[in-house]
Amino acid sequence: MRQPPVRFIALLVLFALLLGACGTTPAAQPTAAPAPEATGAPPVEPTDAPAEPTAEATQPTEPPAATEAPAEEEFVFGMILVGPTNDGGWNQAHFEAAKYAEARLPGSRFIYIDKVNPADRPNVQVEQAIEELISQGAKFVITNSAEFGEGTNLAAEAHPDVYFLHASGDAVLTGSAPPNVTNLMGRMEYGKMMAGCAAALQSDAGKLAYLGPLIDPETRRLVNSTYLGAKYCWENYREQPADSLDFKVTWIGFWFNIPGVTLDPTRVATDFISEGNDVIISGIDTTEGLVEANKASAAGRTVWAVPYDYKDACAQGEDVCLGVPYFNWGPRYTEILGDAIEGRFESQWEWIGPDWNDINNPDSSMIGFIKGPGLTPENGVLLDDFISKLADGSLNLFTGPLNFQDGTVFVADGEVAEDLAIWNTPQLLEGIEGQSAP
Amino acid sequence: MQIQDAGGQLTSRTTYRLADLADYLARLVLPFLGALVLTTVVLLTVDVAPLDAYRILLFGAFSTPIRFGDMVMLASPLILCAGGLTLTFAAGLYNLGIEGQVVLGAIAAMIPLRLFPDLPPPLLWMLSFAFGAAGGTLWALLAASLRLGAGVNEIFAGLGLNFLASGIALYLILGPWRREGSASSSGTALLPRELWLPTIGSLRLAPLAPIIAIVSLVVVWWVLSRMRWGLEVRAVGLNGAAADRLGVPAVKRMAQAMAGCGLLAGLAGTLQVLGVFHQLIPNISSGVGLIGLLVVLLVLARPIWVLPVAVVFATFTVGSVQLPLTLGIDSSIAGVLQGTLVLAALVSRGLMQRRRRA
Repeated sequence: MRQPPVRFIALLVLFALLLGACGTTPAAQPTAAPAPEATGAPPVEPTDAPAEPTAEATQPTEPPAATEAPAEEEFVFGMILVGPTNDGGWNQAHFEAAKYAEARLPGSRFIYIDKVNPADRPNVQVEQAIEELISQGAKFVITNSAEFGEGTNLAAEAHPDVYFLHASGDAVLTGSAPPNVTNLMGRMEYGKMMAGCAAALQSDAGKLAYLGPLIDPETRRLVNSTYLGAKYCWENYREQPADSLDFKVTWIGFWFNIPGVTLDPTRVATDFISEGNDVIISGIDTTEGLVEANKASAAGRTVWAVPYDYKDACAQGEDVCLGVPYFNWGPRYTEILGDAIEGRFESQWEWIGPDWNDINNPDSSMIGFIKGPGLTPENGVLLDDFISKLADGSLNLFTGPLNFQDGTVFVADGEVAEDLAIWNTPQLLEGIEGQSAP
Repeated sequence: MQIQDAGGQLTSRTTYRLADLADYLARLVLPFLGALVLTTVVLLTVDVAPLDAYRILLFGAFSTPIRFGDMVMLASPLILCAGGLTLTFAAGLYNLGIEGQVVLGAIAAMIPLRLFPDLPPPLLWMLSFAFGAAGGTLWALLAASLRLGAGVNEIFAGLGLNFLASGIALYLILGPWRREGSASSSGTALLPRELWLPTIGSLRLAPLAPIIAIVSLVVVWWVLSRMRWGLEVRAVGLNGAAADRLGVPAVKRMAQAMAGCGLLAGLAGTLQVLGVFHQLIPNISSGVGLIGLLVVLLVLARPIWVLPVAVVFATFTVGSVQLPLTLGIDSSIAGVLQGTLVLAALVSRGLMQRRRRA
């Protein structure tokens, strides 16, 4: 009788499962990030006890909730995040914004499910995750990834009594969203222009590399914005000809590393460096670009990095960080949730820019840019000048003539691109090396 | 095992029965106890009340119609995979390539949907299932021919073909089948709603999925236990050379068992496309092939047991989604429970054999 090598197979299978399980932890955990709190606060019993600040509501800022009388009914809002809450990028920015809103909305409680993607949770679809939030009492659900558009709409159709916010989506704009869905996005184009400018100001070689996620209109318009900012500052502050600026983008295929599915962003970043690029600008959710630039810098090379999404992203490589363009979702989330609590929910497509009076005002500006320790003071002054021109409207980088990669005209000479033309950007701009996927 | 059973005939009939019963109970209860103990230790180390966690894992999937529907939609492809694997297990083959067969089934199922989008949906579904089954079968036969023709162990052939299948899926998703104007490894565009398998009300439960799964399982049970073909397959599994000498076409039976398993895996892949994800994604199998292997390691070549065990495994997985929200622990604890269950079963089986030999 042939003895079945059952043990060997069991080992193989367990090994494969293990591989799958460990595969997608973020490449680098942010050092400054708060320890990942227990996923989802234990449900607070809706007892008649006075509203004492719950453990997770201990924010550095004073939550007004502590002083107000308890709301007669608890308002639970939930969030579905595509990645982990401590990724030092896109997801952490959303997570902390929800905490910000929770602290400012008396009687509200925040619950969430993170890592909703086919690699981390192969058998969980976004509709299913939303269902779990609703079964825990959520009356408002925020979904935070472009991929969640359809699932959000499906769940919204099934639950007309629950409100939904799909961040970064445009289903309301295109008319495919049910009336209980709203869309919100920040005009990161400005942040990316600042990122590109900082990169061009500091680069010795004039070789900038953009670590791109997947290819879609959003990522294309952000790459284009970065390039426009870099080109402007290269020509006007550095006084160099535009054609001496190299700008390339490599797409990894998703918002973060999924082993075996995407390109490995760590590998892409080290390739950038060995090709002689001296600034890595990140467009992905995680911080590999900064981490690798920091390593190369410690090994004696001059390499800078511009991370993305999250205000404290520079923490993982202070010395090489030129600054970070970031989203500050908190204030607008607070307003939208507050409206929903008061029954004034409105379905709309919003695309909100910085508060130009103070782009880093945590209570008013949707988009900010924090200069990194790597940026020299002289370049900091030039960057401030650039930002002030954007702020007063004297500089609009989406002014023609602008051509696409294939030579077709995007914006004719003397004209200015319409919002929708930018939102739906079909190609990368002429001068950028990399795939447009038209 | 058959050898030991033959030895048992030497003892008196009653003691044989008693020993058999004890053996059976031990096989059933020991693994479960072992898994419970191990998982409980894990739960206690992260400060979670084990009873709460078990309540959610065991009954969470039955708490609402929606969760029950999700459990059925996970159990259906799992039953297909595990059912197919009982065929290859009976033939003494270890079809670790089942993941790739699911993926190829899913890819093939997409072909008619993309080629003839204007056909009436029922016809398209039939075409899609036929293509999916053919895709899985071809992929399994490829592994079988490597084993039978080139002497490559089917375990390694299967693992290699798994990687190849994922590569093809990824290529199609980022290349020819990408969404218009974008390239994302998140998947192809969603199928039009009219092509999704019809569901019950607002649930995600498509009744066709469990029907296909259970009918397939009954067929597997029938051919394995009621047909001469199944007897021959099992003879090949016990001793291929001896079966061959007694006139059983061993090579043919092995290839047929592989093809049968690939066919069912292809159907599972088609269900994933038409009933679950409604698009092609890189991880379209979502691991059902691997979980199916775990199921078969528990039930061996007994198809009847596939149904309850697959349902229990799907229950764990669906229930575990609630864990992070209600108890603040990661849902991967379901994987711990499934894994330890199989491990404990293997250990107790091994101990049992050693005791018998002694």
